[in-house]
Amino acid sequence: MSVDFWLGVGVTAGVYAIFVLGLQLNVGFTGLLNLGQAGFMGIGAYAMGMLVTDAGWSIFAAMPAAVLITVAAGLLVGLSSLRLRSDYFAIATIAFAEIVRYTFQNADFAGGNQGIIGYDQEWRDIAGWLLRQLIHTGLGGDTQLPLFIVVWLCFGLCLAGLRLLQASPWGRVLRAIREDEEAAAALGKNVLSYKLQSLAIAAALAAIAGFFLALNVTYLYPSEFDPTFTFLGYAILVLGGFARYSGVALGAVLFWSVVEGLRFLQLPLSAGQLGSLRFVLIGLILIVLSMLRPQGLLGRKAEMQLSR
Amino acid sequence: MTVWKLRRQMSPIAWLSLALVLIALLLVAAVGPVAAGQTTLNGLVGAGYFALGAVGLTLVYGVLRLVNFAHGDMLTFGTYVALGVTALGVPFWWAAVVGMIATALLAILLDRVIWEPMRRARTSTLQLFLVATGLAMVLRYSVQFLAGSQVRTVGLDTTSSIDFGPWHLGTLQLVVMLVGLVTILLTGAGLRYTRLGKEMRAVADNIALAEVTGIDTGRTIQVTWLVAGGLAGLAGILYAAAIGTINPNFGFTILLSLFAAAVLGGIGNAYGALAGGVVIGLSQEWSTLFFNPRWKPAIGFAILILTLLLMPRGIFGRKKARP
Repeated sequence: MSVDFWLGVGVTAGVYAIFVLGLQLNVGFTGLLNLGQAGFMGIGAYAMGMLVTDAGWSIFAAMPAAVLITVAAGLLVGLSSLRLRSDYFAIATIAFAEIVRYTFQNADFAGGNQGIIGYDQEWRDIAGWLLRQLIHTGLGGDTQLPLFIVVWLCFGLCLAGLRLLQASPWGRVLRAIREDEEAAAALGKNVLSYKLQSLAIAAALAAIAGFFLALNVTYLYPSEFDPTFTFLGYAILVLGGFARYSGVALGAVLFWSVVEGLRFLQLPLSAGQLGSLRFVLIGLILIVLSMLRPQGLLGRKAEMQLSR
Repeated sequence: MTVWKLRRQMSPIAWLSLALVLIALLLVAAVGPVAAGQTTLNGLVGAGYFALGAVGLTLVYGVLRLVNFAHGDMLTFGTYVALGVTALGVPFWWAAVVGMIATALLAILLDRVIWEPMRRARTSTLQLFLVATGLAMVLRYSVQFLAGSQVRTVGLDTTSSIDFGPWHLGTLQLVVMLVGLVTILLTGAGLRYTRLGKEMRAVADNIALAEVTGIDTGRTIQVTWLVAGGLAGLAGILYAAAIGTINPNFGFTILLSLFAAAVLGGIGNAYGALAGGVVIGLSQEWSTLFFNPRWKPAIGFAILILTLLLMPRGIFGRKKARP
């Protein structure tokens, strides 16, 4: 039970927390069932990785560019499928995510199953410097600490930004769309445009989560962006609660503590079986929570609705 | 009334068959009869499991308004039950029957425990989706927990094949194709001509109207789950027999192709799903004439997206697809 291990869990939880903030904006506040979040994360991470390794950009120029590329992808997906009914939109977005993974796996430009490696030198320099400062001030010397700090700092910034947005007139329009699309349209609000903005912001958050995932795993590989990760995101969302951004942090930490903590139970199982058991457990949590407390732990029941 | 209904239902089938024959002829002209015929044969093998998997998906959608993300894992469940039974020494095709029955019973059990209470509580789309997702995980990873995540062979003779002139087909693939096509026809006929089939279509179409006409909707929904589950089990087994190897993820991986078939046919429409499955099966194999075969599954996604964008009601559907 080393500190390093739990810091690693904390980094993963932080990456997912940023990822799920986007889902919260879409599902909890706009009523959009976005199942393509893992696809956006993949596009962001791959765009960043390829801009650094293939085009020779600095990682700090590549990151904003990759966010823009992901937002463009989000707008493309949204423009084509947001006019559909919500369950069709859900299917269209998961098909999009599957196409993204397929392309990474099979297209030559993305490195196929070899993946992409060698984009994180600049980050490692900074992390090394940060670590030396931390050791110098006596705050600890775990190698995961710099990424942990940066991920959760970034989560805090995104959280604050989203809360500001949500309290603004823009945020109130989103909620109105979630509650009653036609009423919002009757008030003269351009529903499609607001939905597009919501999806674009979620895509940007997914790209940012993708950067941290890329820095954490140090190489990019198609299966890291499997569409099923979106479903893990929904489990976190349910756990933390709908329509409350801070719930996302609780959900992510709780989720990954349970998933990773399972290995300390000393069960007489093989590693593979333990891995399967985790997901059975997650599935059961999803079912039981959705049936008994659909708004989640910190969620607001009165605000749980999907636009039709 | 019946003539009018027949015309409404048959003309898309006639239209679709004509289009498929036309494409086949174009392919013959483009790549020659040998390659075109061979891919068509291969496509008809896939048509069976896509169609049978999709029909359950579409019926359940009609009954519950549920996009059932756990449906693909029902295929996995049935197939692994069948493989487990063969391990006891039972011949494969008998074990397949056991797998089908087990999947059908599981579907009814899940309806009792999960879907029926949710239906009564009139839960939101979001809640239904989340529960379906959780259920999919529980099914898939329970299978993986018990059977392991490794790739398994079905244990049938996959080497023997039959030649028809210049074309050839594995014996197993031929059996899969025949079983698949016969079951498609039987399912279609059952839905059209039997009282139960008519009731199932009525409930899937509009549950309130069906109730008003005196249909016992509760019983019909159970039968729907029974049929959807049994056909899902069979679809999985046919897939396993045709491909020869499976792993616990296979049901989830072909789920999108099943969605594509269901959406193409107009979601909620059982004939549409059967026809959509045939189209998906054929077009995936035809695509190998022009693209690297590794892109084969992507054809399903492309059809899915194009259908959603261009004609979201599908070939047979008449329900509103836009809000």
